[in-house]
Amino acid sequence: MTDLLKLEDFRVSFSTPRGDLHAVRSVDLTILKGESVGIVGESGSGKTVLSRATMGLMPSTATQTGSAFFNGTDLSTLSRDDLRSHWGTGMAMIFQDPLTSLNPVRRIGSQLTEGLTVRLGMGREQARSRAVELLDRVRIPDPLVTMKKYPGELSGGMRQRIVIAIAIACTPELLFADEPTTALDVTVQAQVLELLTELRAERNMTMVLVTHDLGVVAGHTDRVVVMYAGQIVETAPTKDLFRNMKMPYTEALLKSIPRLDQPSGQRLQVISGRLPDPTKTEPGCAFAPRCTYATDKCRAEAPPLTTAPNGHQYRCFFPITGAN
Amino acid sequence: MAGTGKIHLRPQSSPILSVQDLVVNFKVDRKSFVSAVAGISFDVLRGETLAIVGESGCGKTTLGKAIMQLPRPKGGTIVLDGEDISKMDGKDLRLVRPKVQMIFQDAISSLDPRLQVKNLIDEPLKVWKRGSAEERSGRVDNLLDAVGLDPAIVRDRRSYEFSGGQCQRISIARAIALDPMLLICDEPVSALDVSVQAQILNLLQDMKNKLGLTLIFISHDLAVVKAVSTRVLVMYLGKICEIADPDDLYLKPAHHYSRALIAAVPIPNPEVQVNFARLGGEPPSSINPPSGCRFRPRCSSASDRCAAEEPKLQEIAPGHFVACHHPIVD
Repeated sequence: MTDLLKLEDFRVSFSTPRGDLHAVRSVDLTILKGESVGIVGESGSGKTVLSRATMGLMPSTATQTGSAFFNGTDLSTLSRDDLRSHWGTGMAMIFQDPLTSLNPVRRIGSQLTEGLTVRLGMGREQARSRAVELLDRVRIPDPLVTMKKYPGELSGGMRQRIVIAIAIACTPELLFADEPTTALDVTVQAQVLELLTELRAERNMTMVLVTHDLGVVAGHTDRVVVMYAGQIVETAPTKDLFRNMKMPYTEALLKSIPRLDQPSGQRLQVISGRLPDPTKTEPGCAFAPRCTYATDKCRAEAPPLTTAPNGHQYRCFFPITGAN
Repeated sequence: MAGTGKIHLRPQSSPILSVQDLVVNFKVDRKSFVSAVAGISFDVLRGETLAIVGESGCGKTTLGKAIMQLPRPKGGTIVLDGEDISKMDGKDLRLVRPKVQMIFQDAISSLDPRLQVKNLIDEPLKVWKRGSAEERSGRVDNLLDAVGLDPAIVRDRRSYEFSGGQCQRISIARAIALDPMLLICDEPVSALDVSVQAQILNLLQDMKNKLGLTLIFISHDLAVVKAVSTRVLVMYLGKICEIADPDDLYLKPAHHYSRALIAAVPIPNPEVQVNFARLGGEPPSSINPPSGCRFRPRCSSASDRCAAEEPKLQEIAPGHFVACHHPIVD
C-alpha cells in the first residue's frame, strides 16, 4: 500500500494570554491508502486539533509548523485556494455535533448539492438526483421529502447521516470522522458505525476515526494511534494493541471503561489527576505524574518513541510486558 | 412493550419511593398530545440503585423530573417515604423537596456562572436555614472535601473556571448538602470523558455508601448502568419493557429491545464479535404510538397478537419481569 497522508514533525500551537498553548507537539504519522486508523485520547490530548489542522481548518490564532504530505503534495506550502481544492474530493470531515455542523436555515437538499455543483461542476438536475441517491445510500427514508426539510426537523441520528452524506458526496480519498457518534444513542451509534464501515469498503476510502472510546475503535479500525498531551504515545495494529498494549496510559484508559463482560457493582479503575498544562513543557514523560509505574527516570527524561520489530511503537521506558 | 401491570411492585418491603400509573403528557397542539410517560409503576427500596435505561425520547428524563413534580404529572400517584407527594399543595411539597435532589447531565450549564462555588453550595443550606453563617461555611468545606475538591482552592472560584468533571463534583456536593434520602441522577456522566466518568461513578458509589443514599440513575449507556446499579428498568416510548437485576439482564435479556440495546454497546476487544442482529430504525413518534406493543414495528419476533394486545409485565424468574408476548428464553 502507498502513503496517502504523511505528517512530519507536525506541530500546532495557539497563542493565548498565558503563553503558547501546545496542542500538537511534533507528530510523525503515516496513513496508508485504504487504511482505517483510530486516533484515541482524552479531551485535550490534541486528537481533534491534529485532524483539523491537517485539513487546514485552524483559526488564525493557530501556528502550524512541520509538513503534511497528501498524495505527495506538501499541504503546508499551498495557498488557501489550492488547499480548498482538496476539500471534498481529497479530504472530507464529519464533525462531532450534527446539530451545529449543518446550517439550520438552509434545506438539506441545498446543503447536500453544494459540494456537487461547486467541486464536481455538476448541473442542478444532476446534482439533485445524485443527492437523492446519497440520502438513499445513508438509509434516509423518503429521500425526496427529506431534501426539502430543514435540519431542525430531523433527529440527531438522521442529521448525522446527512453530515455523512455531505462528506462522502464528492467521494473523498480520506475521510476524517471526528467523534462521529459521541452525541448519539448506542443503538444509533451502532448503525452509524456500520454505515461508515460499509461505505469505506465500497468506495475504498481511507478513514481516520477520532474518538475517546476504545470500544468504538476496537470494532472499526485496522490500526490505533493513542495520543496524550499532544504526542503520539502508542501506535499498533488494532488487534495487536488490545492483545499486547505497551503504554501504561493505554492500559489505564482501557481499564477505566465500564464493560458489559464484567460483573456488576465493581469499582472502576480511574486515572487519577489530569492532563498536564498545555502551556508548559515539563521535563520527563508527560504521563509520569499520573502513572502508577513511574520512576525518577520517567520524571527526569522524556522517553523517545520506540519501535518494536513488529512495528508496534510506544513512548515508554518501562513498557508493559506480557499479554493483558 | 407496553408494559402495564404491577406484578413487579414490592409493597411488603415498604419502599422509599412508590410510583403507580404515572402519566406525563405534553401538549403538541390543541388536539393532540404526547404521552412521554404512559402509565408506569415501579418502586425503589432503601439503599437500591435503580437504573432507568432507554434511547433518547423514551421518557426517562421526563420520568425522573416527574418524581420531582417538575412539572406535575397528569396522573398517577408518587408515594415518597410514606407520603403521597402527587396530591400535596405547593407549601407541603416544598417541605418534602430536600428529601429528593437531582443532578443533571450538563453540569456546567446547571450551575449559575455568576455565583462563587461556596455560594452555590451554601444556597440550599441558607434557604433551609441550616445553621449560622459560620456553621454553614464549615459545612460547605466539608462537602467540597467529600467530593474530592480542595476547599481552599475552589471556594472563591466560579463554575466556568472548572472542567466538566469538576462541575459534576460541585453539583454532587450541592445535591447532598441537605442530606436527601433519594438522589436522582440524570445522565450524570454522558458528557464526560471515560477517565473522568470512572471518577464520578466511583464518587457517586462512595457517597451512596457513606450517606446511605438511594439512587435513581438515568442513562442510555448500558455498560455504565451495569457498573453502578442494583436493579435495571428498561423503558421504551413511555412504557416499561423489562425489570431485572443487572447480571440477569445482561446474561439473559428476555425482551427483544433489551437484547438489541445490549448488542449495540461497543466491546473494547477487537476479537469479540457481536452475534445477534442490530436494531434498525429509530423509535417512532410517541404522538401516535403503535397499537399493542409499542416496540412491535422494530421487533423481529412481532406477531398479530403484538399489534392487538398490549403485553403485561410477567415474572419469568424471581425478580425478573418482562412485558412481551414472546419473551426470549434460552
